[in-house]
This record gives sequence, C-alpha cells and structure tokens, in this order.
Amino acid sequence: MTSLKKLLLGEQGLVVIFAVAFAIVALTVPNFLTERNMLGLLQSVVTIGIVACTMMFCLASRDFDLSVGSTVAFSGMAAVMASNASGSILVGLIAALICGGIVGLVNGVVIAHFRINALITTLATMQIVRGFALIASDGRAVGINDPGFYQLALSKFLGIPTPIWVMGVFFVVFGFVLNRTVFGKNTLAIGGNPEASRLAGVNVSNMRIWIFALQGLVCAVAGVLLASRITSGQPNAATGLELSVISACVLGGVSLAGGRAAMTGVIVGVLIMGIAENVMNLLNIQAFYQYVVRGLILLLAVLLDNLRSAAAGRRG
Amino acid sequence: MQDFLEFRSISKGYPGVQALSDVSFTVRKGAVHGLMGENGAGKSTLIRLLSGDQAADEGEIRIEGEAQGYRSVRDAFRAGVIVIHQELQLVPELTVAENLWLGHFPGKGGVIDRRQLIRVVGEKLTEIGIDVDPSAKIASLSIGERQMVEIAKAVMLDARVIALDEPTSSLSSRESEILFALIERLRSNGTVILYVSHRLDEIFRLCDSLTVLRDGKLAAHHPDISKVTRDQIIAEMVGREIADIWGWRGRDLGPERLRVEAIAGPKLKTPLSFSVRRGEILGFFGLIGAGRSEMARLVYGADTRYQGTVVIDGAKVPADSPPQSIRAGMVLCPEDRKFDGIVQGRSIEENMAISSRRHFSLFGVLDLKKEAELADRFIAKLRIRTPSRKQDIINLSGGNQQKVILGRWLSEQGVKVLVIDEPTRGIDVGAKSEIYEILYDLAAEGMAIVVISSELPEVMGITDRILVMCQGRIAAEIARADFDERRILAAALPDVANASELPTEQVQPS
Repeated sequence: MTSLKKLLLGEQGLVVIFAVAFAIVALTVPNFLTERNMLGLLQSVVTIGIVACTMMFCLASRDFDLSVGSTVAFSGMAAVMASNASGSILVGLIAALICGGIVGLVNGVVIAHFRINALITTLATMQIVRGFALIASDGRAVGINDPGFYQLALSKFLGIPTPIWVMGVFFVVFGFVLNRTVFGKNTLAIGGNPEASRLAGVNVSNMRIWIFALQGLVCAVAGVLLASRITSGQPNAATGLELSVISACVLGGVSLAGGRAAMTGVIVGVLIMGIAENVMNLLNIQAFYQYVVRGLILLLAVLLDNLRSAAAGRRG
Repeated sequence: MQDFLEFRSISKGYPGVQALSDVSFTVRKGAVHGLMGENGAGKSTLIRLLSGDQAADEGEIRIEGEAQGYRSVRDAFRAGVIVIHQELQLVPELTVAENLWLGHFPGKGGVIDRRQLIRVVGEKLTEIGIDVDPSAKIASLSIGERQMVEIAKAVMLDARVIALDEPTSSLSSRESEILFALIERLRSNGTVILYVSHRLDEIFRLCDSLTVLRDGKLAAHHPDISKVTRDQIIAEMVGREIADIWGWRGRDLGPERLRVEAIAGPKLKTPLSFSVRRGEILGFFGLIGAGRSEMARLVYGADTRYQGTVVIDGAKVPADSPPQSIRAGMVLCPEDRKFDGIVQGRSIEENMAISSRRHFSLFGVLDLKKEAELADRFIAKLRIRTPSRKQDIINLSGGNQQKVILGRWLSEQGVKVLVIDEPTRGIDVGAKSEIYEILYDLAAEGMAIVVISSELPEVMGITDRILVMCQGRIAAEIARADFDERRILAAALPDVANASELPTEQVQPS
C-alpha cells in the first residue's frame, strides 16, 4: 500500500479527509470561515449532534432507532405545553424528559424483552409518537408563552450559544461513556457478539433497554432545545431526523453490524453533514440539490468504510 | 501414475505475516492427498488459493501440467476445482435438488421444470451413492447430509479436484463412515481429493500421500503414506517430539464442590444429577446430540431450566442467568468459540476483562491501567502468542482464542467450578498440551472442572472420571482406573448391539 492509501484507509482516515475538505472549503468559499457562519453552522447541527451521541450506542449494540425524529418533536411539544400550563420552564423540561424516557423505555422493553426486531418496533413507535404529538396539539404549532424559554437557545456563554455548549458537553460525556465505562464497553461487546457477551455475564437485555431509554432522554433534551430555537412546539418538527442522524453515525464509521463506534468519528460525521449543507447555502445552491449531495456523501462514506474493513481484514 | 495437481513455488503474504513461502508439491491422479499442519501453518491459505478466492503472490497451480491463472471462485469451478469449506455454502430454505442446480437451472425462459430437476438429481445421488431425498429442504438435513449434498454438487459440476477442509469436524462417527465410503468411490473415479484434517486416524485411513506444512513452509512431503509413522508426522507438524500429549497427573480430591440435582430443560427432558469434588476433573463423553452441551448450558443458566438445582459448596445457585452463576463462582467456556465465546472486532484485552472488570471499575468507570496489567499478566501466564494485548481476537489462532477465554475466567475472583465444552476443538497439538496443563493446575488449586469432549482419547487422557451420555441420559459412570474405550463407546451408543459395528480405528487413542 502507498502511504496515501494507508492514511485514508487507516483509523483516522475520515478525520484526514474532513480536515482536507474543511481547508479547501475555508479557502474557496467566501464567508465560510467567519465567526458568524461557524456559529450558525454549529447551531444547525445541534439536534443531529445531540441525538447522534446515543444513536451511536444504539447502532454499536446492533440495534436501530427510527423513532428519534418523532420523539424529538413529541418531547419538545410536551415541554412547551407543560411549561405554558404550569408557568414553569422546569416543569416543561421534566415533562419532556419523562415523555422521551417513556418512549425509549417502551422501545427497549419491546425490543429486548419481547424480542421484536428493532427496525419494526421503532418504525411503529415512530408513527405512534408522531401521532401523539399531532393529537396533543391538534396538529397546530403551540407557541411558547414564557420568554425565558426562548432564552435557552438564545443565551450565550463566552460568546457561544448555550445549545452548542450542550452539544459539546454531550460529545465529551458520551465519548467518555463509550470508551471508559463498563456501559460503553458492554455496548460494544453485545454489538460484536451478543451470545458470547451473554455467556460472559453481560446482562444483554437490560443493556439494550438502558440504551433505548437513554436515547429517549437524549431526544428529549434535543427536543427542548429545538422547541426553544423555533419558539414553539411543532408537531411536524424533526421529520426525517432519524435518517440524518444514522447517516452522520455511519459517516463517522459506526458499523451497522454493531461492535464498532468512535465518538470522534461521529462528531466528524455530524460536522460533514453540517458543512455540506452550510456550503451549499452559502453558494446559493437550490435546496433540492442538497438531498442529492447528502445522499452522495453517505454513499461515498459507506464505500470508504467498506474499503477500510477490507483492508483491515486482509491485515488479519 | 502421472502428477495431476501441482503446486509450484507458491508464496503468499498478508500484511505482517508470510502465510506461505515457496511451497511446492504434487498430487497423483486419483489420489487422496492429506494436508496437515498446526493452525496457522498455512493450510487454509493454500486451500484459499486453490479455490480461486485469492491469488498467490508468486508461483502457480498446475492441473495436468497446465498453469491455472484463475482469479475467482467461478474460474476455479470452470477448471474443475471445488473447495468444500467447513462452513457449508448451501441455501437452507431451498431443496437439495434446487441447491444442486443453483446457478444453472434447467428449463425454458426462466421457468423451472421441477420434476426434471428432482429426477436428474435423484439419479445422480443414487449413482454416487448418497442417500438423501432430492426434494427435502436443506434446513431439514443433518450436518452430515448437508456435507454429502455439497460433495454431490462438486460431482455434478464435474470436479477434477475436490478439496475438503476438516470435513469430519462436526460429523458423528456414523456420518464420517458414509463420507469415507464416498471419498473411496470418488477416488476410484480418478478424482483428486485434497483432504485437510487434524485427525491422524483419518489421514492414515484415507490418504495415499501426505504433505505437512509448518509456519508457511513445506515441512515434509510423503508420496507414500505407508512409509511414515504417526509420531513422525506429529514431529514434523510441531517441529519437536511430543512424548505424551495428555500428561495427566494424579491429584488429591477434596470434598464435594458442585452438585447438580435433577436438572431438566427444553432440550434435556430427562432430569440429570451428578456431582464433582474439589480438584476433580470430570469428563462428559457422548456422541453428537447426546445432550452434553445442553446439560452444560442448563447448569450454567444459559438456557431456561424447567426444574432442578445447582449447588456450589453447599450454597444454591440462582437458576436465572449467567451473571448469577458467575457471581456464585461457576464459569463456562462454550463449545462454539466463534459464536458463543469471542467478541469479534474487540481486542484481547477487552475480551478478557469483559466480566472481571466489574471488580475494579469505580461507579462504572473503567480502570484502564488495571485492565492492561491484567491482560498482560494472563498473556504471559497462559502463553498467548500475540504481538500485543490490543490485537483483535479474531486474528488469533483457535488455541490462543481459547486461552483468552480461559483468561477471562481466571481473572474473575473466586471461580470454583469451570465448565469447559470441547476444550481443544480445532486447536493444534502443541496448544492442546498447554491447555491441558492449565486445567491440571486449576484442578490442583482446588477448582472443580467439568470437561465435555467428543474426542474419546482426550476425555480418557485428561479426566479423573467419565460420565457417558446417551440420548439425554447419563448412561454410565466410569472411574479412571476402569477407563476402557470399548466400554465407554458401547455406553455412548443408543443401541448397545451396535457397538460391534464400530471400526476399531475410532476407539484407539492417538
């Protein structure tokens, strides 16, 4: 292998590609490398970024969650309605966490305990939960009454908006959880070989339930931040989010077959999705083309991943 | 007879290892040629090159003097070379006939003539002497029958060279006999058979000639197998003499450590009871399907129990789950390492610490330094051959994988009972002795060990007492002083009258 090939197909291949792409874009696209655009870019990937943290766990354990978009919308809606009714933002936040947590727990119990395929289960809950969001709001957007609620998204710390901080903290925390805790290692183990892990003493079904419950809670956080940013609970918010999140994870080298995941990869995956969209906006490319480009990026990432595992296999 | 198949100066390297270097040998027409070597000696690589799955870096494969430059499995098929792997390549939901025709269905315009399909296959199966219903689904056949179908497929494709990779590893002795008869018939038709096996009995029984590989090089080529001895071959394989691969040592046995009372479950209907003492190695022998692994899984709590209790040192073990058993001091090394033992894609270190890390992680946060120390300690203690603890476990040989799994349990605290199912399946001779040594050491420290094995010489070689299972029941209990292969086998056979049918080679310890 030539050294270039080695670099691209190695562990850090994606990071290298990302750095090169970033440099090219920064030099060629006007207004890209400005503080305002950078913050805008990060703001735009907050929802995907936060949800990707736990989707990474879900995929790494050989599961799948399609219900995240609906859960984000539903818990955002719950937060707005509860805070409007009670006059307390905290109550709204708790309501969102409860709703998200319950959706995740139900997913987990059905999948792990009743052994229903994760794809089918979450396809069902995706629709059920979206239905709940529509029923609760009668299909209309629900505006936020308390201006304090907007502040969640508008407030800044050291010049950087709060949601970006939240995303950053999630990246750090879940990166730590994946690599440095029993929970993270068990997630990778059950994704790598569920039966072997079970016989080695890992409580596989409990692990799966926890992963889904965590996913629900994290979706609730993303839902609250999203509602705050769009100043209302929207029953149709975050449609198609599940696909963007899964794309970002796969871009970041998370294996759909389970057992392989890295937080840095996922972060890069999320940023690539964000940059592609941002650049196309800056270049005034029609929104319709963005779908094509997003799809192409995903395909290329999967092809790269395939080449990489083939190279790794040959090494073995 | 002329040389039919020739490997000429074959070399093949993978990043980091030279799998084969300058290997040359020839095989005569109509010969069954054995290929032996320890795991990692290069047998699999050679077979892979022959199958067309990969290409050699240097050298060539010649058939009837003609260089075969094929680049894919399909090309190899066309050249008449078919490799039958351990994992069979059949579609379970299709019938035997459909599987045999797959890829070249007869019929007009895509419409399949089912009747013709079944009739032609039926005739062919009868012709080569395979007794399988052509309209049966593959999923309904036993492993042995599936293997027959795979061989029939090779015959239907007019194979000139058929390579069999460890064909008897999952066959019962009766099924093996049928396979051997089939191989004899193929030989008389002039087909060249390349026979890869760890089992010396089979090699001596079937093969006309033999090649031994060691560390990717040709260790020996014997054009006439009647001129070599077992000991010579073993010495060529390992590069040294192994006097006694069992090395059994007597031990003082303590009081009862494990007691199993009347356990039964979905796959083991008759309640089973037995007990093991401190320092004792108890063997379970039986034919495939006798219920030994099912018993082990029930005792360990891997499968749901209908009834029965398991008691360790006087304390009852909750029937619930593997984690409960581990906490009570009982661990299992499963039969199928690939599917139930190792976590592929993860490092040696992680595979080892998967259970024991709960003892030294603080609020779920890992102590990476301690895990590394632990991995290094057991890599050294169990003599696991690997460049580093970070190595993906999938890259290790079978013996080293088994040692990692042993390390997983040895790093646990207070293990009292070790259940080990097929301790050395697919493991080469050198590593086998090392694993036996580890078991003896553990027993000497007071552990109660339950060994399950399909290899009679192994059970007789390493255990203190044998329980023979037959059709889900314990058929006999035999103490070491009374070990007798005929007696053990007779107890293992469902019908005692069949004992005399057994070929003598199978009951000789090697």
